Amino acid sequence: MKFDTPATTNPIDRLKVVGQPLDRIDGPLKTTGTAPYAYERHDVVADPAYGHVVGAAIAKGRIQRMDLAAARHAPGVLAIVTAANAGTLDKGSFNTARLLGGPDIEHYHQAVALVVAESFEQARAAAELVRIDYAPEPGSFNLRAAAGSATLPHENDITGPAETHVGDFTEAFARAPVTLDETYTTPDHSHAMMEPHATLAQWDGDRLTVWTSNQMIAWANADLAKTLGLPKEKVRVVSPFIGGGFGGKLFLRADVLLAALGARAAGRPVKVALQRPLIANNTTHRPATIQRIRLGAERDGTITAIAHESLSGDLKGGGPETAVNQTRLLYAGRNRMTAMRLAVLDLPEGNAMRAPGEAPGMMALEIAMDEMAEKLGLDPVEFRIRNDTQVDPENPQRPFSSRPFIECLRLGAERFGWSARSPRPGQRREGQWLIGMAMAAAFRNNLLMKSGARVRLDKAGRVTVETDMTDIGTGSYTIIAQTAAETMGVPMEQVVVRLGDSEFPVSAGSGGQFGANNATSGVYAACVKLREEVARRLGFNSREAEFSDGEVRVGNRTIALGAAAAEGEIVAEDFIEYGDLDKTHQQSTFGAHFVEVAVDRATGEARIRRMLAVCAAGRILNPKSARSQVIGAMTMGAGAALMEELAVDTRRGFFVNHDLAGYEVPVHADVPHQEVIFLDETDPFSSPMKAKGVGELGICGVGAAVANAIYSATGVRIRDYPITLDKYLDRLPDVA
Amino acid sequence: MRSFSYERAASPAQAAEAAIHNPGAKFIAGGTNLLDLMKLQIEAPPHLIDVNGLGLDEITPTEDGGLRVGALVSNTRLAADMRIRCDYALLARALLSGASGQLRNKATTAGNLLQRTRCPYFYDTAQPCNKRQPGSGCSAIGGVSRQLGVIGTSEACIATHPSDMAVALRVLDAEVETVRADGTCRRIAMADFHLLPGDTPHIETMLEPGELITAVVLPHPVGGRHIYRKVRDRASYAFALVSIGAIVQPDGSGRVAVGGVAHKPWRVEAAESELPRGAQSVCERLLAGARPTRDNAFKITLVERTLRAVLNEARG
Repeated sequence: MKFDTPATTNPIDRLKVVGQPLDRIDGPLKTTGTAPYAYERHDVVADPAYGHVVGAAIAKGRIQRMDLAAARHAPGVLAIVTAANAGTLDKGSFNTARLLGGPDIEHYHQAVALVVAESFEQARAAAELVRIDYAPEPGSFNLRAAAGSATLPHENDITGPAETHVGDFTEAFARAPVTLDETYTTPDHSHAMMEPHATLAQWDGDRLTVWTSNQMIAWANADLAKTLGLPKEKVRVVSPFIGGGFGGKLFLRADVLLAALGARAAGRPVKVALQRPLIANNTTHRPATIQRIRLGAERDGTITAIAHESLSGDLKGGGPETAVNQTRLLYAGRNRMTAMRLAVLDLPEGNAMRAPGEAPGMMALEIAMDEMAEKLGLDPVEFRIRNDTQVDPENPQRPFSSRPFIECLRLGAERFGWSARSPRPGQRREGQWLIGMAMAAAFRNNLLMKSGARVRLDKAGRVTVETDMTDIGTGSYTIIAQTAAETMGVPMEQVVVRLGDSEFPVSAGSGGQFGANNATSGVYAACVKLREEVARRLGFNSREAEFSDGEVRVGNRTIALGAAAAEGEIVAEDFIEYGDLDKTHQQSTFGAHFVEVAVDRATGEARIRRMLAVCAAGRILNPKSARSQVIGAMTMGAGAALMEELAVDTRRGFFVNHDLAGYEVPVHADVPHQEVIFLDETDPFSSPMKAKGVGELGICGVGAAVANAIYSATGVRIRDYPITLDKYLDRLPDVA
Repeated sequence: MRSFSYERAASPAQAAEAAIHNPGAKFIAGGTNLLDLMKLQIEAPPHLIDVNGLGLDEITPTEDGGLRVGALVSNTRLAADMRIRCDYALLARALLSGASGQLRNKATTAGNLLQRTRCPYFYDTAQPCNKRQPGSGCSAIGGVSRQLGVIGTSEACIATHPSDMAVALRVLDAEVETVRADGTCRRIAMADFHLLPGDTPHIETMLEPGELITAVVLPHPVGGRHIYRKVRDRASYAFALVSIGAIVQPDGSGRVAVGGVAHKPWRVEAAESELPRGAQSVCERLLAGARPTRDNAFKITLVERTLRAVLNEARG
């Protein structure tokens, strides 16, 4: 199905099932511990061997010598895989560094060996016996120090242009009566998902099957085949359940490759889970940024000049953190520029983490907007409203498909009790606590991706959906079932959803908050095709046929849906693909975050008291799972504001706090009260579902709202995340 | 993790004797720290002596009006004991500020005292660490040190002791009761129990090889306001940036010890005479000679500000 004109009324609009706050259909599997996660596929392989990964002990240099003798002779050891014995390996097109290093080492904890043994414990013990002599080389590990050598990043569809210029920023900024010029920093972040990267691999002759934990089945399939030099058809990737990803599982990672190589070397199935202490340095992370923002405005608050420059680093051949994305689109302003610079660092590989670009970009931009509002003497909500734009500011003939940004701001202000806020910071006190209230905008683009699905109808009227779409804890199973139930007119109980298998049609996958809208649209397309075939078999005109209550009806003639499959199962397959509606119209999601914090006036500890997000993200397919997505993202944003930082040892070139004791993420006590409101809207330009992404909108801007609230509480402005007490303790009022 | 042998001790004295006969052996109780360290091969004992089930899990009154807390009393039980909550509230509060409910259910009184540092370089076996591998050097000095020690540190080690409970026990003048391989018992004052790193940071306590902790003895209650204030980035389930354990009497005198700053709970009795003059006076003596790093210099300010808040609360 090609979607190239705005959606009109279609079966989804009935909203009998879609749009309802239904429980997850996979919930019972998860709450009973029976959802099959990769490391626990006892159902498919009875007796696997176990692999344990050895990570490089240096950040950069070469392996001089590897002594495997002791490990090889350790009890239970079946095989040891290294770059020296693994045969020729290519590199995945989504990988910057090789997944199996040696003799050259590209980053700390790059995998250099896999020890395979009969038991997990034996593999782990033997891995400690691998002796490696390294010749370390100096590297570049300090982003600030590398700033001078940074260059323009290579441009592609994902990164967008390295620079944009509209009007004459320099002159407008110089002439503006009110200006701001500040620098903001965000640190490296780890995805820190609960389930580590894990894979079970089995060879059958030259055919390879991996049961793994991956967000993008087709990418993993292609890159695993490419790395091993196999045709894609010889590789099967299965990933029906994923214990969190956040972008950390978008790509083929070392667990998959090493399990495959280990299974080949050992001659039997092998499973590998990356050890927790390896994950921070072995896998990808959200890169740190240094961002400079300049704003110029008239005294009435009209922005006349806006510039956002961002520096980030990555391994050679890697890409930038696109932190300027939102600044190209969020606010009006006749004169504007954005620029990205990329430095080469020898730290582990930077890549996408939840809302890449916008998450750290909004953390900076929305502090700047708060600061500018104060300079102008304007309410921060009003300042944003004053600079709203209904068109792409770089390209004014391009309207937004839908942009109820002002509604989000106004509704949020009303619901949060914004009128009680004091415009002057440091005014409200409750006992030991300094209380602050602040807000920030939320913004994240809506991305359109081709997405396919196959649907089957059996004679019992049961509809089975197959697509390689993944559910990374987001609710994909449920919204896909809702889509099929709505389109085919059957109850949810009559829908079976099968996900995450490379034998199923290629979907959008889970990432960039594009999964829900695109994958359900693909399922809708396949269901429309199935309806046509059902109608044809029943002798109905498909345009007149009404599908509801498990029946097909034309006029006063009603036939059970399953009757169409009486002669055998009907299978329909289709995909959604898009015309140029995302070119003619800018498609984005909007919101407003409101936060109240309390800061202990003695210790400086900042604790969030309540949070509200108002979101406009098109049709909300399932308010329950969408709310879970948004509160999860708000929590992640709170973590980014208050505690999350991969601490770089700039001498040794690695992230030091590489476990969940050292890399703190919020616990329940950190987020007492959260509220989410979805605007009741549809976006007919996005897809037949009229939905947009929402899973990342919730993290965009929330960190700045927390930062602004700490300023509101204390009067101290911190521009370096995370906002920990050591950064402002000496600027708090004296304790009496 | 290396292979190890395992035995269940029949009595505390037999456990100590078994430890002497198995060089490198470790006692295991709750295992909440030891097993983690063994999995990472930071600890690799060839032999484990299980001291559960030896009757060391009782809390009993002592003759001089105190309490004898068995080494195997879990952190959860200790914190919930009504005698502890009434007369040693500082201890209950310190315990409840640490770890998580699940960990406290398993963690024991003796094990809590013997937990190892949380210095990230200690945890990374690819990095030099004098505590993990004597003589290999300290990679924390000059590295990421925000959480690490500011006082009593050495050129060999700047690690901290992570326990909250130990800070309270130090304030309470508790004693650690042990049994040695020859069957003799002794009591070690909390002041002496943990050592500063010096040039032997791998030696963390006064315990001799084989010596087993059998109890912690609390002296007669001292009354006063008991306050444990733990400062951390995350609201729960995090180690202290700094913590303050204090007992303040109605006349303003009292005791104070600090956690998160040194290789042991940090208490300087001479500084306590300054308590009536306020936090600044106390801290000048309490933290005299501190040598913070650039990353953790804030702890000096933080201790003083937190102590000031604690003293305000005590007065309040």
